[in-house]
Amino acid sequence: MAIDPVINFMLLVFLVVMAFTILRLSGMLAMTIIFGLYSLLMAGLFMVMDAPDVAFTEAAVGSGVSTVLMLVTLSLTKTRHERHTRKIQWRPLLVVLLTGAALIYGIHDIANMGDTDAPAQQHVADRYISSGQQETGVPNLVTAVLASYRGFDTLGEVVVIFTAGIGIMLLLGRPCKKGRVEDDQTP
Amino acid sequence: MIEYALTHFNYWAVVVIMMTGLYIVISHTNLIKKIAGLNIFQTAVFLMYISMGVVKGGSAPIIAEGFTVYSNPLPQVLMLTAIVVGVATTAMAFAIIVRIKEEYDSVEEDELFTLDEQVAGDAEEW
Repeated sequence: MAIDPVINFMLLVFLVVMAFTILRLSGMLAMTIIFGLYSLLMAGLFMVMDAPDVAFTEAAVGSGVSTVLMLVTLSLTKTRHERHTRKIQWRPLLVVLLTGAALIYGIHDIANMGDTDAPAQQHVADRYISSGQQETGVPNLVTAVLASYRGFDTLGEVVVIFTAGIGIMLLLGRPCKKGRVEDDQTP
Repeated sequence: MIEYALTHFNYWAVVVIMMTGLYIVISHTNLIKKIAGLNIFQTAVFLMYISMGVVKGGSAPIIAEGFTVYSNPLPQVLMLTAIVVGVATTAMAFAIIVRIKEEYDSVEEDELFTLDEQVAGDAEEW
């Protein structure tokens, strides 16, 4: 399945439009919904670029869990709108334009997309593709690399999620507020 | 020239999306909006890695009969990890925002600074 340049192009244009919409919307609920749509488009784009596993994860985690978390935060903090009307801020804009120009300049040198001789395709990728199935017994090479070749990486990932979980529990799961703790101690 | 544009368009889009995210992070004062900007920045990075892993005429990296060219599985694995770690950090950030709202009764950064300065000023008077 070759990557279809037209679909690719259209999805990218939509993505840029979505990003600008998120930038401009001041209603937080609408912003959250557009954010979910943005993630879903991103998942579609990953699918077009032959990365189904990443697309699944982005659709489930990016557009599902992230959107739900954002909605929960909105309801907990009772935020409806951003407080300030947006005018163009020149100093951030200047920083962004300079950084963008530097990045475009850097990208000029990058290997053509889809090039088989690109440095990114040279080193371990061949090995994974040629002998991944024999060595791990899994036809899906992404799973093979994730769970076997780079298993420690995945362990690190789980540690990060665990740490984040503990952090969230410590931040939000406190039994009662500061004032009330003192009240409880005095009989 | 057209070929150059076609093979680099993804990266240009990545730069535009990434810079939109950066602009949201540094120009908006609402913390939730900032996190949304950070997420946009992050997805731009995902997009860049996945674009690098694409091989012309390749298929998804799942070994099957009738296919010989596969796209690079390594960037996909790295981004799989990054997506999950990203949502964990996002959840952490939202938890901190909820706590900030409880303590300061605001999620606007400039108001938080003003409140902090008031507290610091009160402490100096003491």
